[in-house]
Amino acid sequence: MAIPLAYNLRNLTVRKTTTLMTALGVALTVAVLLAVLALVAGLQTAFQASGDPLQVLVLRKGSNAELNSNFARASYQDLKFKNGIARNQAGEPMVSLEMVTVINLESVDSPSGMNITLRGISPIGLEMRGGLKIDSGRWFQQGRREIVVGKSIAKRYPNAHIGDKLKFGRGDWEVVGVMSAGESAVNSEVFADLNQVSSDYNRSEVLSSALVRATDPIAAQALINDLKADQKLNVDARSEKEYFASQTSSAAPIEFLGIFVAVIMTVGSCFAAMNTMYAAVARRAKEIGTLRVLGFSRGGILLSFFIESLLLSGLGGILGCILVLPLNNITTGIGSFVTFSEISFQFHVTPVIMVIGVLFGVFMGAIGGLFPARNAAKKEILVALREV
Amino acid sequence: MIRYLPLIFKNALRSRRRSILTICSVAASLCLLGVLMAIYHAFYFGQATPAQALRLVARNRISLATVMPISYRQKIQQVPGVREVMIMQWFGGVYKDSKNVFARFAIEPSRLFTLYPEYITSEEEKKAFIRERSACMIGRAIADKYNIKLGDRMTLTGDIFPVTMEFTVRAIYDSADNNETMYFNLDYLFESLSARRRDFAGTFVILADNPNSVSGIAKAVDDTYRNATIQTRTETEQAFQLGFISFLGNVKVFLLSICGAVTFTILLVSANTMAMSVRERVREVGVLKTLGFTNASILGIILGEAAFLSLIGGVIGCILASGLTYLVRQAPAFIMQLKTLNLEPSVAALILLVGVIIGVASSFIPAWNASRTPILDSLRYSG
Repeated sequence: MAIPLAYNLRNLTVRKTTTLMTALGVALTVAVLLAVLALVAGLQTAFQASGDPLQVLVLRKGSNAELNSNFARASYQDLKFKNGIARNQAGEPMVSLEMVTVINLESVDSPSGMNITLRGISPIGLEMRGGLKIDSGRWFQQGRREIVVGKSIAKRYPNAHIGDKLKFGRGDWEVVGVMSAGESAVNSEVFADLNQVSSDYNRSEVLSSALVRATDPIAAQALINDLKADQKLNVDARSEKEYFASQTSSAAPIEFLGIFVAVIMTVGSCFAAMNTMYAAVARRAKEIGTLRVLGFSRGGILLSFFIESLLLSGLGGILGCILVLPLNNITTGIGSFVTFSEISFQFHVTPVIMVIGVLFGVFMGAIGGLFPARNAAKKEILVALREV
Repeated sequence: MIRYLPLIFKNALRSRRRSILTICSVAASLCLLGVLMAIYHAFYFGQATPAQALRLVARNRISLATVMPISYRQKIQQVPGVREVMIMQWFGGVYKDSKNVFARFAIEPSRLFTLYPEYITSEEEKKAFIRERSACMIGRAIADKYNIKLGDRMTLTGDIFPVTMEFTVRAIYDSADNNETMYFNLDYLFESLSARRRDFAGTFVILADNPNSVSGIAKAVDDTYRNATIQTRTETEQAFQLGFISFLGNVKVFLLSICGAVTFTILLVSANTMAMSVRERVREVGVLKTLGFTNASILGIILGEAAFLSLIGGVIGCILASGLTYLVRQAPAFIMQLKTLNLEPSVAALILLVGVIIGVASSFIPAWNASRTPILDSLRYSG
C-alpha cells in the first residue's frame, strides 16, 4: 500500500518556512527562465502576426532586407502584369511599391535615440496590410508632409504624439494619426505618402521593394519562382511570412544569455532542494522507522519522499509562474539587424510557457529529491527508531 | 572572535553533506553573479585602451544605415585637435556561407595604421596592402579559422552593396583585442559601384592628438553640421560600441534584474540552511551557555559559520566564473566588449563581499533567536 499523499502535504505545511523558502528559490529560477521564454514568444508573435502567406516580398537580388534593397519604378510596371496577382475591388492589381528607410527618434529609455522604420506607402499598400486600422487621428493625405505612427511608437516615444512635428528628410513632418494592426511589426513603424517620402530622399525613381498579393497559395509559389527566374527584373522574391519569421533571430543574444543564466541557476536550485529534502529525511528518521513498523515498504517510502520533493518544487514552479505574470503585456523593444531598426513587442506569458515552468520546477525537484528519498528508504528500522 | 575559529570550522563540518550542498548551491549562484557582473562591468565601466581613448566615430545622426557625403572629411580634418580622419564603411556581405561571420570594412589603407597602431603586421605586408588596390588585410583569427594564407584569394558577395568583390590577401594582422576583422580598400569598392552610388561615408573614424581633446572634437564636429541637411553624431569609439549593445534591447535592466533574482536566491538558500542547522543545535547552544558562552559569542559563532560557508562558495564561484569568462572570450562574437571579458579583481572582491554579507544577513534571525533562547528552554528542547 502506498503512503497517502495527505502525509506529504501535512509535512510540507508543518514546516512552512522551510517549504516556502525552498519553493521560492525554485520559483526564482523558474521565473528567470520563463521571463526569457515570454520575451522570445512575444517577439515571435509580433513577427508571425506580420506576414501574410499570400503576399510576396520582392527585393533586389542579393539583398535580404527592405532597407538595403532597391526596386526601380520602371520595374513596377513589369511586375504589375505578372500572372497570379490578386486584384482589389476596383480591379487594380494588388502590387504595392514601397520605400523603406530609418529615422531616429529619442525615447525615455534611450536619449541618444533609437532607429525606427519609415515606410513610404501608397493607398494600395495600406489596403494590403491585413487588420490595419487608425486608432486615433486620421490617415496622411497624399502630397502632404504628414505621417501616421504605429501604436507602440506613440506609446514609447514622447515626441511622436498626434500634432507633434518630426524632423527628417528635408524638413518637418506632422504626426496626424496612430495606427495599429493586431500585434504585427506595423505597430513599430511610421507610414507616410510614398511620393512625398521618396522625393525627400531623392529616390523617386529607385525605391526599396514591392509587395505583391497572389490569388492563392499555389499562385504565390508560382509567382515567387517566376520572379526569381526573371532576368530582366533581377529580383529575389520570398513569402512575406518567411521574411518576418527570419527576423525572430534578433532575440538570439538575449535568449542565449537567458538560457545560460537559467541553466546555472538550476544547478544551484537543485542543490538547495536536495539540502531541504535531506534535512526533511534526517528530522523524520523516527517517523520513517514507525512507517516501516506499520508495514510500509522501502519502495513506498522512497516514492513518498520523492513525491514530497516533487510537490515542493511543483509549488515553486507555480510560484515562478505567478512571479512572471506581471510581465505579461509589458511592451519592450529590441533592435533587429535585418531592418536596422527597433521592433516593439509585448512579453507573452502563454499557457504553454506556464506549463513549461511548472514542469521545469518539478524536474528540479526530481533531481533534488531522488538521493534523499533513497537515503530515507535505506534506513534500517531499528536504527531509525533509535535516532533522535 | 579568532579563538572561536576552530569551533566555527568544526560546526561547519558537523553535517558535511549539508555544508557541501550549501557551498555548491551558493557557488553556482555566485558564479553566475560573477559572470553577469563581469559583463556589466565590461559594458558600462570598461576602460578604453590607450589607442581606443584617442579615437572617435562620426556617423549620420539618423542612423548607421544612412551615409554621409564624403566631403565632410575636409571640415572634420580642420577641427582643432584632429590628427587624422579615415572613412570606414561597413560592407557586410557573405564569405562562402552566410554562417561565416566576421566584420568586413572598406577603409583607406594608407591611414589605417595611424588610427589603429595596435594592429601589428610586418612592414612588407603593410606596404603590399596599401599599394595593391584589390588587396585585403585580415585578422589572425580569421586566417586561422578559414585556413587562409598570404596571397590567397577571397570573394565577398555583397548584400548591402549589389557587387561581388574579389580580393587577394596581402596582410594578416595581430591585435590584442580584435583579430576578427577584414579590411579592404574603399576606392576598390567605389570602383565596383555605379557612378551614381559612389563617394559616401558610412562613418568617419577620427584620431585625436591627445585624450583630453576628445570631447571637444565631438562637440565641434557636430556643431559644424548642426544646421546641415545631413547632421552628424560624433562619440568616442567606446560609446559608439556601447550603442550596439543598447540595440540588442534593454540589456541594462535585463542584467540588473537577473542579478537581483540571483542574489535573492542565494539569500533564500543560505537562510534555509542556517535555519535548519541552528534548529538541530538548540540543545548544544544550551550546553555552550552553561559553559559560560555569552549570547554575543554564540551569535558570533553562528554568523561566522554562515559567513565561512558562503565565503567558500564565493571562492569556488569566482573560480568557475573566471573559467566561464575565458570561454566567452574564445567564442566568436560581434560584441567587442565581450572579446576582453574578464573577472576583474574588483568584481571578484565584490562577489566575495556579497557572499559574506548574504551569509551573515540570512543567518541573523535564526542565530539571534538561538542566542536569546533561555538555557533551560534550550536544554529541554527535543529536535
